[in-house]
Parts: sequence; structure tokens; C-alpha cells
Amino acid sequence: MDRIPILKMGEFLLVTIQVDMHDQLALQLQDDLTRAIDRNGAKGVLIDISALGMVDSFIGRMIADISGMARILDAKTVLVGMQPAVAITLVELGLSLPGVATALNVERGMRLLRQTLAESDDDANFIKR
Amino acid sequence: MQTSSSGELPLGNEHDIVLGRQAVRRMTQQQGFSLVDQTKMVTAASELARNTLIYGGGGTLKWAMLSDGAKRGLRLTFEDKGPGIPNLELAMTDGWSSGSGLGLGLTGTRRLVNEFEIDSTVGVGTRVVIARWK
Amino acid sequence: MTSNGTLVSALQTRRQEILATWLAQLEHISASSKGRLSSKDLGRQADDFLTILASAAQAHGTDDAGAEGWQSVREFLEDLSRQRVLAGFSSDETATFIFSLKRPIFDALGKVCSDDAENLAEQLWAATELLDKLGLHTVKTFQASREEVIGRQQTELLELSTPVVKLWDGILALPMIGTLDSARTQIVMESLLQKIVETESQIAIIDITGVPTVDTLVAQHLLKTVTAIRLMGADCIISGVRPQIAQTIVHLGVDLLGVTTKANLADALALALKRNGISFVKH
Repeated sequence: MDRIPILKMGEFLLVTIQVDMHDQLALQLQDDLTRAIDRNGAKGVLIDISALGMVDSFIGRMIADISGMARILDAKTVLVGMQPAVAITLVELGLSLPGVATALNVERGMRLLRQTLAESDDDANFIKR
Repeated sequence: MQTSSSGELPLGNEHDIVLGRQAVRRMTQQQGFSLVDQTKMVTAASELARNTLIYGGGGTLKWAMLSDGAKRGLRLTFEDKGPGIPNLELAMTDGWSSGSGLGLGLTGTRRLVNEFEIDSTVGVGTRVVIARWK
Repeated sequence: MTSNGTLVSALQTRRQEILATWLAQLEHISASSKGRLSSKDLGRQADDFLTILASAAQAHGTDDAGAEGWQSVREFLEDLSRQRVLAGFSSDETATFIFSLKRPIFDALGKVCSDDAENLAEQLWAATELLDKLGLHTVKTFQASREEVIGRQQTELLELSTPVVKLWDGILALPMIGTLDSARTQIVMESLLQKIVETESQIAIIDITGVPTVDTLVAQHLLKTVTAIRLMGADCIISGVRPQIAQTIVHLGVDLLGVTTKANLADALALALKRNGISFVKH
């Protein structure tokens, strides 16, 4: 059975979704990702959907679930590369994916992750003082 | 109005949903839909196909490519012999901002198409017909 | 229960005659067309049409012009209608192409059935029915094509009236002018989102100074646009928010999802530059 590969990029993990998703694949991804976050002590996850020509409520829920699971494991998720037609359709469908951070592409996504981590480090240091 | 071609696909498992989506994509491209309209139709089909499988216990997708003079369209019918939807009116009023992903998502799907019709009888089954025109 | 033999054979054996008489009738079309349709092109169309018509009649009979076997004839007329629409002809000028074929065919039938009045009557009737059906199909297609062309022109006009402007590297602005209805919002959303991807802009400023009223529908349309921008990973600033609009938004209970609003485009630009880490130094 095929799986969606997870790449390690420094302290972050990158998941590129390119295939038509069905629920077995989605569940497998959630499982693989949570394990990978734990194993690597990853602080951030990038989900790249720039190759997806369609995102329905099932995939939307999967993304929201991944974001939630990552958060519990103290990692932040950024969704990148949503195509314009997909964004327009999702909005019309009534899905706005609140609570999921977004960025235009992988590069911006990583910048956002680094910024957020730096900020939380500052908070931690502030409290220490 | 004429049907230039039509056919049927099974919706018995997840793989069928993937195949159904791909078929709908091809058909919308063939009818010359804009990219946004293609995406809307494919997404609506994905939602309804999933409903047919998960709530209806499996069923069929019937498709028909339409033409009305110079206008081109696509009509899809999702049918199952499942438990049916009790309280159809309630299911159709989940509002715009309830993106929690729960429920059948029918009002959202309705916004993606030009024509939407649903017929459901408890204990008999459900049929949803959608259509989009270029 | 028409014996189509004679109409069919007239179309075959008297073809040149029919074509010549028909062209004479059509002459005044190209003459009054002010150069939109040359005699040569019109002649060729008439010739091609007669060929398709004769072969469909031969192969499938003339009883049902809506049948599958007559598809090539219908498609020919659909293409013709479309061309006429684009060339700016009216629907009756277009329908004349078919209806003026009646006289030449009646004349030919008269010669071919000269010895059998009853048969002639039948054939004339068959011919009339056939041409009426085809003529109606032509008109119907003409109207549909015209609607399509008008629709497309409206879309182009909308696109022109809502240009997306690049204010700075990574900052786009969309000055909205006029009412924000559903059709407009779709076009606007599409072109803005496309531009964001193309230019990899981080911030889109939507300026609504030129939007006269903001009611629930307009607010919803704005909200949809803002949500779509956010989903793609860019930020949005709404500028041109007049005090009235601020009141309306609060009264309507619309939640702008944390989108910053500014009174004018200049302030919005200043904020956008700041967010992008750009500052200007005076020398």
C-alpha cells in the first residue's frame, strides 16, 4: 500500500500531498506523522498541497485533525500552496479551516515556523527572567 | 436539451470515489468548464459520493453530459438504497459558517452547483441530482 | 407516413438549380451585410449546407430533424449561428438563411412532381416541416450564442473595471469601484487570488472607497474574499472603511476575522510595508 512520504527539513517535517487521497491513506498519514513528530522532536510540520486540484470536507477535516494532533505534541502546523480555485471552492463550501496557519509556499511556511518558534522562545526567556 | 453521452459508475468503496472524481474532472474539462467551475463540480461530486458510500452503504453515480443549444452542462445523480435521511429539512440547514465537517455538508455542496435536487425516504434510499452549466 | 423519396431525390438531382435560386435570394443578405459576410463565403456556406442536407435526407429520411442522424446538420447550423452572432447579425437575418431555402426547394419539387398533385402536396408539406424545424433550431442556437457572448463581454468588462495593482514588491491592491454583487465577487476573487500566486505577494489591500453601500450581502462577499486569501497563505487589509461602514459592520454583527481595516489606501500601504519589514530612510 502506498504511503505519503514525510521529509525531515531541519527541525521541521515536510509532507507533500500529491495523490488523490482516500481514507486509508489519510489515516496512515496521521499515524506516520504523529510518530515522526515524536521520534524527531519536530517543532513544526509543513503540509504542502500545491499539487492538489481539489480539497473536499474529508481532506479539510484531515488537515485540521493533523494540526490538532501536532499541537498536542507541541508542534505547529502550516498549510502551504493552496491553489486559487481550491480556496474559492472551499470558501463556498463553507470551510475556512480556522486554527490552521497558512503560507503561500514552503519557503514562506518555514519562515513563519521559525518566526513563531523564535517568539515562543522569547516568551519562555521572558518568563525565566 | 439533449444528452450527448451518459453512463454509470459504481460507488462501492473508497477507490471508486477516487475514480469517480477523476471521471468527473475529465467530463467537466470536456464540457469546457472554467478551472474554478471544474473544481466546484469535482468537489461537490466528492462530497456526495462519500455520502453515498458512508451513509448510504454504497450506491451508484450516474452521469450525463448535456447540451442545450450552445450551452454545455453536466448532470450527476448519486443513488443509494441505504437508510435514507430522516428530517431532510434539518440536514439542509447547517448554515455557512458551520465548517466543523460534521453532518452531510449538503447546504455547502448545494452552493457549488447550479441545480440541486434531493429525494430521500427512510428505509428506502436517497437520490441526489446535481448539475452545472458552462 | 410521408414517402420521402421525392424530396430526397429533388435534393440530389436538382441540387445545382436549388443552389442557384437560393444564392440569388441570399444575395441581398451579403449585399446589406456591410462587408461582414462576403458573397463568396455565403456561397460556400450554402453549398456546404445543401450537401449535408441532401446526404442526411438520403440516409435518414426527412421525418425527424431532431434525430441522431441529423446531428451534423444541426451542428452546421449551430456553428453558422455562432458565427452570425459574432459578426453582429440579427436573429432574423440569420434565420433567413434557412427560410429562404423554401422557395428554391418548392420550385424544384414542383418540377419533379409535376404529374402527381397529391404527392406534390405531401412533399411540399414535408419540406416545410423540415425547414421550419431547422430554422427554429438556428434561431434557438442564435439566442443561446448571443447570451453567451454577452455574458463573456460582461465578464471582460468586470475584469477591466477591477484591475489588480502591484503597489510594491509583495503588496497588491484591488480598488473596488461600484456595487459588489455575486458575479463581480467571483471575478474579483479569481483574478486577485491568481495575481497573488503569480507575484507571490504576501499582502493584498482591498480598497472599498468606491463601494457605495455595504449591506449583509456585500459584507458576506468581502468575507469570502478575505477567507480565500487567508487560506492561500497571504494577508489582507481592507481600506477605505468610512465611519458609516464601520457602523454597518458592527450592527450587522459581521466578524471580520481579525482582518485589519484602515480608513484609506495610504494608511493601508504604510501598514503593509511595515509588516513586510520595509522602511524608508530620508537622506
